Amino acid sequence: MSYPQMVMYDEEFKQINAVIEKLLREANAKVIFLVDKNGQLISGVGETERFDTTSLASLTAGNIAATGGLAKLIGEKEFSILFHEGEKDNLHISIVGGRVILVVLFDSRSSLGLVRLRVKKASEELTVIFDRLMKKAEEKEKSSDTEFPFAEITDDDIDNLFS
Amino acid sequence: MSFINYASREINCKIVYYGPGLCGKTTNLQFVYQKTAPEAKGKMISLATETERTLFFDFLPLALGEIRGFKTRFHLYTVPGQVFYDASRKLILKGVDGVVFVADSQEERMDANIESLENLRFNLQEQGYDLDKIPYVVQYNKRDLPNIVTLEELRRELNPTNVPEFEACATTGEGVFETLKSVAKLILIDLKKGR
Ligand SMILES: Nc1nc2c(ncn2[C@@H]2O[C@H](COP(=O)(O)OP(=O)(O)OP(=O)(O)O)[C@@H](O)[C@H]2O)c(=O)[nH]1
Ligand SMILES: [Mg+2]
Repeated sequence: MSYPQMVMYDEEFKQINAVIEKLLREANAKVIFLVDKNGQLISGVGETERFDTTSLASLTAGNIAATGGLAKLIGEKEFSILFHEGEKDNLHISIVGGRVILVVLFDSRSSLGLVRLRVKKASEELTVIFDRLMKKAEEKEKSSDTEFPFAEITDDDIDNLFS
Repeated sequence: MSFINYASREINCKIVYYGPGLCGKTTNLQFVYQKTAPEAKGKMISLATETERTLFFDFLPLALGEIRGFKTRFHLYTVPGQVFYDASRKLILKGVDGVVFVADSQEERMDANIESLENLRFNLQEQGYDLDKIPYVVQYNKRDLPNIVTLEELRRELNPTNVPEFEACATTGEGVFETLKSVAKLILIDLKKGR
């Protein structure tokens, strides 16, 4: 298949969380999520337990996909930033490094200007980490270094999932 | 494409239910939702029109259990079957790991089935996938209705490559879990190969 496997390792996971935790503080945000463009949650910090994070990830990805489709129709590559303004809470959604979605939820204790500024800096840091992650994944795949958990999977393992 | 998280020891796979309008894709997900234990499922999201036709997608996350210490999650999506929602269908196919084609067994829907299957193959190709190479199963739905096409004919028209196939009645749930289980299994076997 032409698509690289999306993976996450401990080391990069910690680095990514450090960046978004810093962003949470510096942007005075309530919650921050990182979502894969396919709708899978990568990580979240802040008041995550107040939200249905799985649904949030899926709808965010759908939202980005739909606006990306709109962008193409009018001859743009994509809209790299979306902003949704609510009565109390606002969503700032941006694309990081072409493949990951960064979602920042904030209220009147912060401002769009501040969030934009901090997101820009954090995006650069995240892009570096994700680039490294992709390279690492490719190398591991090539070296067929099988700490891969499913290499030894049996029919019974699969059947047990559905019992 | 599946997402393997070694840090949180999770693996996520995306399954898309495809097929013509009103063939029963949303009903499949609703049945799975009803019959799954609360701790194993998340909220089902349906982005639908006022007449309950799928507008963008349905989404149902399932966390079925662990394999080799990895939490295994399946994200089930349906596409909108109505012909004019093609742009949305393409978006939902992005990153797909496995496809269920739901056919409507009624005679008068045969043309719609064939058209939808061609549309599936074409839209996958556009994303760089080959329907003959990805985990893929076929479900013949609405077997409870009187005016249905024979199994032989459905097979001939819709399953020439002989992928796993299931007769179903999504409203009563017959064949629904068999279908899901089969595609999930193909996905995990595919993962095992390590691509
Ligand atoms: N008799 C019968 N009716 C069914 C069966 N499966 C679904 N239906 C009915 O068919 C209608 C359409 O089902 P949906 O699940 O909404 O169809 P869909 O494929 O999601 O349609 P779109 O969202 O427009 O693509 C509903 O009224 C269902 O109750 C079945 O096996 N037998
Ligand atoms: Mg539907």
